[in-house]
Amino acid sequence: MSQEYIDIFEQNRELVEKPCAALLNDARSKAYARFKAAGFPGIKEEDWLHSNVSKQFAANYGMNLGRVNVKADRQSIFTCDVPDLKTRQAFIINDTFSNGSNGKELPSGVVLASLNETASKNPALLASYYNALAANGDSIAQFNTMFAQDGLLLYIPKNTAVEETIQIITLLQANVEMLSNRRLLIILEENSSASLLVCDHSSMAKQTLSTQVTEIFIGRGANLHLYELEETSHSNTRLSHLFVRQQADSNFIHSNITLTGGFTRNRIEVTLEEGGAAADISGLVIGDKNQHTDNRTLVDHKSGNCTSNELYKYILDEQSTGVFAGKMLIRPDAQHTLSQQTNRNLCLTSDAHMYAQPQLEIYADDVKCSHGSTVGQLDENALFYMQQRGIPAAEARHLLMHAFAGEVIENIKIDALRDRLHMLVEKRLRGELNHCKGCALCK
Amino acid sequence: MKSKNNILKKLANKAYEFGFVSKIKTEVIERGLNEDVIRLISGKKNEPEWMLEFRLQAYRYWLTLEMPSWAHLSIPPIDYQAISYYADPLKKNNEGKSKEIDPELMKTFEKLGIPLEERLALSGTAVDAVMDSVSVKTTFKEELKEKGIIFCSMGEAVQEHPDLVRKYLGTVVNYRDNFFAALNSAVFSDGSFVYIPKGVRCPRELSTYFRINAANTGQFERTLIIADDDSYVSYLEGCTAPMRDENQLHAAIVEIVVNNNAEVKYSTVQNWYPGDAEGKGGVYNFVTKRGDCRGTGSKLSWTQVETGSAITWKYPSCILRGDNSQGEFYSVALTNNFQQADTGTKMIHLGKNTKSTIISKGISAGQSQNSYRGLVRVSKNADGARNYSQCDSLLLGDKCGAHTFPYMDIHNKSAVIEHEATTSKISEDQLFYCNQRGIGTEEAIGLIVNGYAKEVINKLPMEFAIEAQKLLSVSLEGAVG
Repeated sequence: MSQEYIDIFEQNRELVEKPCAALLNDARSKAYARFKAAGFPGIKEEDWLHSNVSKQFAANYGMNLGRVNVKADRQSIFTCDVPDLKTRQAFIINDTFSNGSNGKELPSGVVLASLNETASKNPALLASYYNALAANGDSIAQFNTMFAQDGLLLYIPKNTAVEETIQIITLLQANVEMLSNRRLLIILEENSSASLLVCDHSSMAKQTLSTQVTEIFIGRGANLHLYELEETSHSNTRLSHLFVRQQADSNFIHSNITLTGGFTRNRIEVTLEEGGAAADISGLVIGDKNQHTDNRTLVDHKSGNCTSNELYKYILDEQSTGVFAGKMLIRPDAQHTLSQQTNRNLCLTSDAHMYAQPQLEIYADDVKCSHGSTVGQLDENALFYMQQRGIPAAEARHLLMHAFAGEVIENIKIDALRDRLHMLVEKRLRGELNHCKGCALCK
Repeated sequence: MKSKNNILKKLANKAYEFGFVSKIKTEVIERGLNEDVIRLISGKKNEPEWMLEFRLQAYRYWLTLEMPSWAHLSIPPIDYQAISYYADPLKKNNEGKSKEIDPELMKTFEKLGIPLEERLALSGTAVDAVMDSVSVKTTFKEELKEKGIIFCSMGEAVQEHPDLVRKYLGTVVNYRDNFFAALNSAVFSDGSFVYIPKGVRCPRELSTYFRINAANTGQFERTLIIADDDSYVSYLEGCTAPMRDENQLHAAIVEIVVNNNAEVKYSTVQNWYPGDAEGKGGVYNFVTKRGDCRGTGSKLSWTQVETGSAITWKYPSCILRGDNSQGEFYSVALTNNFQQADTGTKMIHLGKNTKSTIISKGISAGQSQNSYRGLVRVSKNADGARNYSQCDSLLLGDKCGAHTFPYMDIHNKSAVIEHEATTSKISEDQLFYCNQRGIGTEEAIGLIVNGYAKEVINKLPMEFAIEAQKLLSVSLEGAVG
């Protein structure tokens, strides 16, 4: 399978490189060499044990390498309006950036623009950032770099706070089977702050695949809240790779919610490079049908006095599969680290599969690290208690499942978004989001 | 702080107690591994044709394999042609047939605290002593025979109970299981064979003591335990080796079959030579241990105290095939200096209402790396499976590592699986509290570590528990710098 894509690249290299800035093309050459050497990962590789990614590339996808303009009907797909929350919007349609109309003016110096355009006009701004983290990523990240032509750049200068939530909506649009590679680069300079909501949509019945590489640099004392929400279709494959580098006393909050999707793989790598940095990462997966959701996180404590907190929850129905592999890596000399990881999973049917691998790798002694993981069902006693008090069994199950999911939603710091997500999860659990016909979630 | 460092130094320099070499005339075959060597081993043991076939099949499969690299270990390349695969310390008489025990050999085991003379065996434990590739002596055999229990060396079992061996050998750990299982199946020499008949509760603790003595040899023993319906046996295993600068390979297989309502308790105190303070020498301990709980209501309990070996690669596992079967794994793994351990268990839930418990306590000191790796798999039909895993790590020193790699593969909705892990160090407060009450730092650390490991040590039979406790304090007192 890898060879096919290598051939496509070799044959169309000029076409791919022509519209792109030198910065992107330089990184492309390196990524091409690495991908050529490694190819797609096989299921014998520890990191891909339960996710056969090579198979996902088998469909006869079209790639818009010539950058034919695709007309997008944003509003028909765009359903992620959050009531009571004014956001500044930006779109990435397939991999092309376009500005939304809503919202206030951004503070001066803030750049929210096309990655490729900025890289052409102002390469100095991005030179030390673009592909700095993804260069060490796995071969899917290399694949993305090899084909990446555009995406989004968010740059927030020193001491600047962006008050309004920035909403980034990624859409896949085409009339054919479609493969798209998008790129997000987010740079927060010293003492800046922002909150971001990234909604991933694809409502196409056609087979789609998107790879996404997000690189985030959080400067000293900066503060970033990132909420990612996937509402794609069962025929979609999402391969996302998120790299975060945190400097001293910075703060990163990440919520990663998969409401609907087909084959999802989220790789999240957070590096706490300097003391005082804190990362709080959480995730929620609600899966049904043949949905396959694989979240693989790595929190790399490179320096001492950092804190990390991780919470991932899965609700699996029908034949869905959940994979969670979370690693806490405490490097030598990362003393006084506080690190905690929790993974809780609900399997609703015997056809649902859960693979959990919470891992600790610790090379420093003066640390407090723990992890816990459970797989189980709803508490029979709690169900019984509620029924005793006149709540019907089905309703009681809903309440308990909602409460189970609620722990992750409560991590969201924007009130309006939190309420919206409560509502979405409620709808999802009742099967109203993708018109599910009677799985255990909705009974 | 200074005094503590002194204690640390003192203990780091403490010699390995069992590191002596016995001067015993030992017949060692040429180094190297090929089909002729396997024929030679099989011939020396006077084995039937099917046994040789089994070995050759395993050897040919082994040739197709590569050494696994997934463990969190850095293993220097091993030259399998530089090892001698058979060493026999027993003297032969003129005809070269009947063998007698060298008095020097008796002394060795006495020095190790293993009484082979029955008059000395007041401890009441039946012992099978294995030196290098050969079982030296098995005690209490006659008494056990009265109850129908077979306890002998594997070599003897192949001769005297070929049907039983043929029926069960390789059914729990197939030669295709992994690299080291294939190697062992090809070249294995003595180990113990135990058969407990229906309804019999073994009156004594059975025990095997393994000793590597000869240089440049590997030990590849194979143990097979069969507990028939409603039987019970508690089996102990201990091991030591001399101090040598070269690394020695130990690749064993233990297979256990547990039938209806039977119970097997398998305890190990592993004290192979761990190498010196610079990480030179030591035994590579690559072991496959697995029990198959075939019967309804069967129970298998693994308890291990791992203090020795330069590198440990060992995952005693339970296949919970029978309904209501139970698996347990209690482990204390201690690593010091440059030791590396990647150890844990696999609990494969296949039957209904199966239960498993995993308690793992890792202690790392010096510059050692200690990993727990465990799998809990609940198959689709294993309704009502229950697992509880707890992995604690204690770090003594800032140069060592403690790692936890649990895997949970759940395919059944009624499973309840819990895993938790913590990592900590001995706090200054704890030490201060003990010091305040007149307990010296060295003693205090011994106390705290033993308290930490108590949950596991309590599961060991009495004699072993005392030995384990001693071992832990010897290796760890004062290891907080």
